[in-house]
Amino acid sequence: MIKPLLLGTDALVFLLVALVVLFAVYARKREHLAAPWRDVVRSRIAVASLVVLAAYTLVGLMDSVHFRKALPMQAGQQEVQYGGDVLSVLDILLGPVRTQVETTYSAPFATHLYAKEYMLDEQGKEVRGYPRLKYGGAQLSDPEVDKWPDIRRRVLLSVLETLGVMLLIYVLFGALLARRWRKPVPVALRDIARGRCAVPWRTALGTLGAVVLLIALIANMSAAWHMLGTDKVGQDVLYQSIKSIRTGLVIGTLTTLIMLPFAVLLGMMAGYFRGWVDDVIQYLYTTLNSIPGVLLIAAAVLMMQVYMANHPEMFETMAERADMRLLFLCMILGITSWTGLCRLLRGETLKLRELDYVQAGSAFGVSGFRIMMRHLLPNLMHLVMITVVLDFSGLVLAEAVLSYVGVGVDPTTMSWGNMINRARLEMAREPIVWWSLLSAFVFMFTLVLSANLFSDVVRDAFDPRLRTER
Amino acid sequence: MIAYIVRRILYAIPVLLGVNLITFLLFFVVNSPDDVARMHLGAKRVTAESIEKWKAEHGYDLPLLYNSDKQGISSVTQTIFFDKSVRLFVFDFGSSDAGRNIGADIGQRMWPSLAIALPQFLIGLLVYVSFAMLLVFFRATYLDVSGVVLCVVLMSISALFYIIGGQYLFSKQMHLFPISGYEPGIQAWRFVVLPVVIGLISGLGASGRIYRTFFLEEIGKDYVRTARSKGVPEVTLLFRHVLRNAMIPILTGVVVVIPTLFMGSLIMESFFGIPGLGSYTIDAIHNQDFAIVRSMVFLGSALYILGLLLTDISYTLVDPRIRLS
Amino acid sequence: MKQALLQVKDLSVRIGQGENAIRPVDGVSFEIRAGETFALLGESGCGKSMTALALLRLLPKPAGEIVGGSIQLAGEELLGLTERNMRGVRGGRIAMIFQEPMTSLNPVMTVGAQIAESVEQHKQLRGEPLRRRVLELLNAVGIPDVERRYQEYPHQLSGGMKQRVMIAIALAGDPDLLIADEPTTALDVTIQAQVLELIAKLQKDRGMAVLLITHDLGVVAGIADRVAVMYAGQLVEQAPRERFFTAPQHPYSRKLFAALPDSSKREQRLTVIPGSVPPLNRAFHGCRFAERCDRAWDVCRSRQPAWFQTGDGQIVRCHLADPGLSAPDEALAEATATAAPDKTAAGTPLLVVDDLKVWFPIQRGLFKRTVGHVRAVDGVSLDIPRGQTLALVGESGCGKTTVGKGILQLLQPTGGSVWFENLELTRLKGEALRSQRSQFQIIFQDPFSSMNPRMSVGDIVEEGMAAQRIGRSAAQRRERVLELLEQVGLRPEHVRRYPHEFSGGQRQRICIARALAVSPKLIVCDEPTSALDVSVQAQILNLLRDLQHSLGLSYLFITHDISVVSYLAERIAVMYLGRIVEQGPVSEILDRPRHPYTQALLSAVPSIDQAGERKVIRLQGDMPSPSNPPQGCHFHPRCPQAMAVCREIYPPVSEIGADHRLRCHLFNN
Repeated sequence: MIKPLLLGTDALVFLLVALVVLFAVYARKREHLAAPWRDVVRSRIAVASLVVLAAYTLVGLMDSVHFRKALPMQAGQQEVQYGGDVLSVLDILLGPVRTQVETTYSAPFATHLYAKEYMLDEQGKEVRGYPRLKYGGAQLSDPEVDKWPDIRRRVLLSVLETLGVMLLIYVLFGALLARRWRKPVPVALRDIARGRCAVPWRTALGTLGAVVLLIALIANMSAAWHMLGTDKVGQDVLYQSIKSIRTGLVIGTLTTLIMLPFAVLLGMMAGYFRGWVDDVIQYLYTTLNSIPGVLLIAAAVLMMQVYMANHPEMFETMAERADMRLLFLCMILGITSWTGLCRLLRGETLKLRELDYVQAGSAFGVSGFRIMMRHLLPNLMHLVMITVVLDFSGLVLAEAVLSYVGVGVDPTTMSWGNMINRARLEMAREPIVWWSLLSAFVFMFTLVLSANLFSDVVRDAFDPRLRTER
Repeated sequence: MIAYIVRRILYAIPVLLGVNLITFLLFFVVNSPDDVARMHLGAKRVTAESIEKWKAEHGYDLPLLYNSDKQGISSVTQTIFFDKSVRLFVFDFGSSDAGRNIGADIGQRMWPSLAIALPQFLIGLLVYVSFAMLLVFFRATYLDVSGVVLCVVLMSISALFYIIGGQYLFSKQMHLFPISGYEPGIQAWRFVVLPVVIGLISGLGASGRIYRTFFLEEIGKDYVRTARSKGVPEVTLLFRHVLRNAMIPILTGVVVVIPTLFMGSLIMESFFGIPGLGSYTIDAIHNQDFAIVRSMVFLGSALYILGLLLTDISYTLVDPRIRLS
Repeated sequence: MKQALLQVKDLSVRIGQGENAIRPVDGVSFEIRAGETFALLGESGCGKSMTALALLRLLPKPAGEIVGGSIQLAGEELLGLTERNMRGVRGGRIAMIFQEPMTSLNPVMTVGAQIAESVEQHKQLRGEPLRRRVLELLNAVGIPDVERRYQEYPHQLSGGMKQRVMIAIALAGDPDLLIADEPTTALDVTIQAQVLELIAKLQKDRGMAVLLITHDLGVVAGIADRVAVMYAGQLVEQAPRERFFTAPQHPYSRKLFAALPDSSKREQRLTVIPGSVPPLNRAFHGCRFAERCDRAWDVCRSRQPAWFQTGDGQIVRCHLADPGLSAPDEALAEATATAAPDKTAAGTPLLVVDDLKVWFPIQRGLFKRTVGHVRAVDGVSLDIPRGQTLALVGESGCGKTTVGKGILQLLQPTGGSVWFENLELTRLKGEALRSQRSQFQIIFQDPFSSMNPRMSVGDIVEEGMAAQRIGRSAAQRRERVLELLEQVGLRPEHVRRYPHEFSGGQRQRICIARALAVSPKLIVCDEPTSALDVSVQAQILNLLRDLQHSLGLSYLFITHDISVVSYLAERIAVMYLGRIVEQGPVSEILDRPRHPYTQALLSAVPSIDQAGERKVIRLQGDMPSPSNPPQGCHFHPRCPQAMAVCREIYPPVSEIGADHRLRCHLFNN
């Protein structure tokens, strides 16, 4: 028995997905929106980063379907009780990565703990040494001999599986494209392989191959090894890194979703109506902007902490509480980040409203609201789009810094920021514990780099002459 | 032009008022002083008396906006709003929740902050502009392309990694500089070099790339074509024509931060153990010392507004179109 | 015959790579002799500016590239020079001035420094001699008060002054050849006359050769010695000026002449060149003009014509001139007169504007107090009868566009009244005004910014109908849209397309359809053809005329182009600095202008009329600022006939003859 649980951020995430789908349907028919996107997917860099981003998104979405498991029925119990643990689909899929918890630090692919402990040897005498791990390499009788052959075997298996899967995908894909191109399947396959198609499918499939290989490795290794080691309480670092994906994505996207309506509406109104409306809106964003961002966030988060500490009854589970904090962080980040876009849109609207077609609209007696919706908004869309994509990576990076400062996500929420925060102490240990930091770095860097590369292409496609005005 | 500057100064007043109001709302209305006291005291020992005692000790025992116990002017002045918020206008920060004089702390701690932030700012401007100029000079060559790729890679790495990595490499492995700490006076340089270098590297990606687009934008303009048709060499063209025009957008982003340099960098200072305002703020956040956070919010805003003012003035210096109209 | 200074052979330029690479210059050859003025004539997009940039090797990098040919300057091959040596040529031996004086000067350097830079580069002067040389140059280009101007920045100068500074920069290196790329296109006619005169004078004094690039036949007629016509990346005709203007040979050249509107063509349709310039990214097999040429036959479409001599140094690239071919006879089906309805019996005026004022406040000081007004429109009175056209003529900045917007209530007038039929528009507010908006419409100058790029043509045309609740249903409105598109000469399938898919002329047609959609009685045409090429302009003018005849529309035709006026309008009002200085019937004003400003304006218009040297009345200086108009008659500081009274009192209206009014003390008895 499970009980689905819709956290606040889950709801918004799915709202966002719905909006993106709606927008895609809308944009398909609008040439001015569709054409730049077609340019985007013709770039090899964009396609490769898009695949990476899609993989991240998929993980994030799977991690956004939450539920609670029923506890075993006690005697005489009428109602089903549900555990306090909130799980997601991703947790189930990751299975052993989540559940196989050691006692403390262990290095990647280690068979023994990283720290010496007192333990009993064969004779039952107490000695000090590195104990074997409960799960990592537990299947091996003699780790020193069998460790590398075992790992090699698993890597080989993963590579073979990947090749198989990719071959299947390649053929299926070729068949699909062949129908669309109205070509025989072998010709389509050859075109893809030689990169002779408008969209660089070869690059897409190549990147997908890398992603599949990674999945295969995780699947084959995780039952027997901690690929990225374990942390202080013995939890698999890989699990933390993957779970952090959702946090990063939520902050990067929901923040924008929250601030977008304000920024667009206010920016447009300020530019179009001018006069006192403009004065008020300008005053508003100058004031908000003048408070240093980190400090405003810090102040707001601190106050929220106080509020939550004083109202513990509001949250049934720890997860809900942590989620509330995440959502609030998105909101407060939204409040501090709408000003840039708002100012940009105001400036652009000031220019647009003097254009002849807006004047022509006024000459027809078209109302102000309609002019904003029909003439201004569509001509501002590219700026909005560029900002959204551009802001994403900045927000993901900001999460890390804020969590480090202590005003980011809840300490119980898994995030790269929290991982780095803990890693700071680990780096000071002798010998140092480097794997937490490294894996946070790799996961975060991959996401941010692909987002940056992608946004570069998007910006060029939508407005080659536009420069970042900030 | 004088009138313009005076008007900008006058505009700063309502903005500061707004900032003050926001902080007041955040710190005293969202959560009442009772809530704050309860949190500080911890959940267990909370009694009505202990809350009152804590409030009295820290000066939070006044009504928020209007003191009905007092007569005349003091019914307004004997309030939390007046005591804690209005006083900020004369930079009277009062004392922290731990009882220290915030104003004195700030005066003492801003120098280490400045010792890090100022060199980083100045050298950074020089390095980033030169780097961008270099890319632009070799535009559309492999050097330019790889430079841009480098920028994108650099800006995809969190500042935290630069710091941790830098400390590990330069201090722990190579023993070139102390990992953290600070000494005032001439000895300070040993502690300053590493943070500055790391700060420079972590800013290179974003700044280098933006400056490059500023330069490229200018290079596409008609007056550059005119200069070329005069036979002006490419290097002269870049320095005499392009750089001077591109300074206008560059200044927009740069001048505004000059006053806020005093505030230091939160993470940099906390990692390197620099006793500046950045680490002061971070400690206050960790200790939930709201009086300090409130003061820093106000100080930061005031400095930012000063920065805006300086930006406006710097425009008039750089751009004759504004100076002479 | 003088020695050739510049010899260009087979010059080809490519921009971009791959399929979309365009070849704006494709095998162009010509010669310029020392000391002569060689005009390169062509419509926009034909490659003439690219030719000029290629000569200096200044093509936009990295996209542009010279892919073939040779450029020899006094026998030296420029394409073989190193970049370093080429810099010596630029500014030193070949100098260039550009079309846009507004953007061609560095905004943050003083005028003096910008000229000095060029002198320094080529003359190795420093310090005081350098400064003196710069002042000399400023003097030479006729800039008054040089000491002060030396210190000033470009934004403090007027457009004409900036172009003079550009010329001074170009002269700094004592070049043998001056390339002038549309040097006066961005300037007003009176300023244009000054600048052209200056170029001609400098050329004579210094014995420079000039390569003049222009689209304006009038400019060519004024100062060129020889003319080359460029079309779609190639030259199609070269001839000495007299020969070219008396006997143009290429059908394209002939059409250009025929498409020029003027008063002699009043009651006929203008000749148009159908279609537009072909895109240059495709390969051509035949003559590039064949698809627009009404004399083309099979050979033209299959084989590129070679150059043929037609005497007197004239050569032409057309199969018609090939003595070995027998061309089909010329069809004489042009210039059909349209029966114009009798407009003399005009009834009550449709629009009466009385003492219209549109002032913009100037705010200064600490609290943005209003310290004065820019009197953009300062007491304009005019009326337009039903079915007629009033042309409002004036130079840029005189307030003519503001008059149009003030009448349409797109700007709130400061004073005066606008009577439309029997409604006073300035008193209408909100819904009352909105419901009247279908009666009067506007067509804008710039066909690129006048349509929302994000809306389909159908939506654009329909917008007004929807706003005015015309048509009962969407389907009905769609039907009407199709009707309108047909009416303006577009096809029904265009309804789904977006503006960027259309050429300038087609866009202007869409704008006309949009205005017509609400069945207005009055259309304010704000320079509707000034952004268009001559051949396309003729199409639009024809269309406007036809619509006037069939729908009985009234036009307020705002323009700076006198030739268009004479073709289209019944009456003219001439504006100067916010006021109308002279108005009357078109024939009366054009043939017998009385106001000194009107006279100067008319005389400054470059004309292709070779018969009889006309005398240009030169106006000194620029138009004053409307925020601070001169006392007395606004025109007196520039007026060649100014009297004492002109400095004191603004002249009242004088009536001379039927319906001919002006404001000038010369006629004030």
